[in-house]
Amino acid sequence: MKKILLIGNPNVGKSAVFSRLTGISVVISNYPGTTVEFTQGNMRVEDEQAILIDVPGTYGLEATSKAEQIAVDMLKDGDVVINVVDATNLERNLHLTLHLLEKGIPVIMALNVWDEAKHKGIQINVAKMEELLGIPIVPTVGITGEGFKQLLRRIPDASSPKDAPRTEEDRWTQTGKIVNEVQLLKHRHHTFLERLGDISVKPLTGIPIAGVVMFIAFKFVHFIGEGIINILSEPVFNNFWLPLMNKLSVLLHPGTFLHSILIGKLINGGIDFGQSFGLLTTGLFIPLGVVLPYIISFYLAMGFLEDFGYLPRLAVLLDNVMHRMGLHGWAIIPTLLGLGCNVPGVMATRALEDRRQKLIASTIICVGVPCVALQAMIWGLLGSYNIRYIGIVYLSLFISWFVLGRILNLILKGRSPGLIMEVPPYRLPSLQTIFKKLWMRIRSFLKEAIPIVLLSILFINILYSLKVFDIISSLAEPLVTRIWGLPKESISALAMGFLRKDVAVGMLVPLNLTAKQLVVATTVLAMFFPCIAAFAVLVKELGVKDVCKSVVFMFLSSLVVGGLLNIIL
Amino acid sequence: MERISLNNMKSKESGNIVEFLGGVSFRDRLSSMGIRLGVKVTRVNSGFGKGAVVVRVGRAQTALGHGMSCKVIVEIER
Repeated sequence: MKKILLIGNPNVGKSAVFSRLTGISVVISNYPGTTVEFTQGNMRVEDEQAILIDVPGTYGLEATSKAEQIAVDMLKDGDVVINVVDATNLERNLHLTLHLLEKGIPVIMALNVWDEAKHKGIQINVAKMEELLGIPIVPTVGITGEGFKQLLRRIPDASSPKDAPRTEEDRWTQTGKIVNEVQLLKHRHHTFLERLGDISVKPLTGIPIAGVVMFIAFKFVHFIGEGIINILSEPVFNNFWLPLMNKLSVLLHPGTFLHSILIGKLINGGIDFGQSFGLLTTGLFIPLGVVLPYIISFYLAMGFLEDFGYLPRLAVLLDNVMHRMGLHGWAIIPTLLGLGCNVPGVMATRALEDRRQKLIASTIICVGVPCVALQAMIWGLLGSYNIRYIGIVYLSLFISWFVLGRILNLILKGRSPGLIMEVPPYRLPSLQTIFKKLWMRIRSFLKEAIPIVLLSILFINILYSLKVFDIISSLAEPLVTRIWGLPKESISALAMGFLRKDVAVGMLVPLNLTAKQLVVATTVLAMFFPCIAAFAVLVKELGVKDVCKSVVFMFLSSLVVGGLLNIIL
Repeated sequence: MERISLNNMKSKESGNIVEFLGGVSFRDRLSSMGIRLGVKVTRVNSGFGKGAVVVRVGRAQTALGHGMSCKVIVEIER
């Protein structure tokens, strides 16, 4: 099958072009031997199936970064390149095009963001540019789909002028010449989005804007998440799944081994999806009934902010703060993702430059960034006492996040690299791209989280029946009762925190703890260890050695913070 | 004409890049993004302590951390 490569600078609307050209069957893969991801899908060219590969965005082919190295490697076994070019930023984009033309592979250009170029008063003589470059060029608009039929039709015309290799300087000189010949700029005023873009990187206006954006985003996540739970997941579980499970429970006889594995314990004589802990009850309810709705709402909001171009601006505003923790501004993106679920948060740290940064970023995410499921439980539990207590939990976590980052920056060897990042213009995102990305994220959550949740529930059931928790309880008692001031009964709930934080908080409910004890317990739960799913990803991303370090820091921080809260409150 | 580093530019001020103080890989990385010797850069944001600097080159905006921005020298008219 023909391999078609989609190559372009970052932020040129490449992913919108990708979703226009491919069907629903899209796969995200890791490039062999690396953690750099690429997406691939199927398309039809001249009634033949072909594979379209979305190569990570790159500025050049000099292989100065991992993403560039991969682009260079992928070029070797590609058949055709679709070079996606941002028409509003011709000079820098053509620099990559010239570089591609030196490689001898057939190239066709999608001159994207064509509508915006027109609005901005940029006129490009396409015929002239085709002549100068020697390749077919098709103006496209990723958001509306304009030009894509023609692009598909002309893919077979892709050609390779086989330019002689140029030096970097020559490439820029040549680019400048071409731009002078084909581009005409008309004077025009700044658009609203451009002005909004500029004021959101200035501290005086940018910081209040950031506050408003975050507030709206979290309101939205909460509203949609709860909405899906109330309208869809709870009715489905209660009205359809529960009767089925009740029948199965009778069939298997409560108390038998199979019953305790599949259905779990009966709570007050009935199945409780939150506490029964069978594979088919709690094992399915947690990932599908509780977490999935928030995954959907969270990544919908996140996908919009990403594609609109807001996140790089937040990274600019926070660069200074993040630098004190040995990171740079970009690291706020995995941190925000961690607020949804620590799993994708930790995964996103792979884009950071080095091991030290990845270790710091993922450790402070696991310690100080509570996932959406845990937050919902904390609100539900502490909200009935006083909102002040919720504030104390958040403040403790935030301070721990920052202080631990500072400490890690001081004691880990090495220095943090500085930020170099493009700040793309604000663009109204295409709904098709947002939903396609959401679908890919949901799919990878289902694929990665459900097996882990099921296996861990099986594992924890076996531990319970082997009475392992009794041993753990007697070992952990001095720590839990003396340092954290919690009753012995809370130990099994804390142990549950290794598996799922939300369920662990739920297990605190029947213990009749004081508000102070609840604050200590929930804060400690959030900090001392990531849930099993996040832990598995942590091992994959950091390797065993760094994970050991990371876990030591998590445990020590929870010890200190829990102890301090116990003394202060 | 005055030679200053990017972090010392004021908002909306423009200048031509005349020198990079960093190593080859630093220069290559910026160069592939269009930030190279002789080009005109305009600062977009105002300074705040050791915050990141956002500059415009052509139509693209790039953010550089404080440390990075100290290594890019521009010539401006004041």
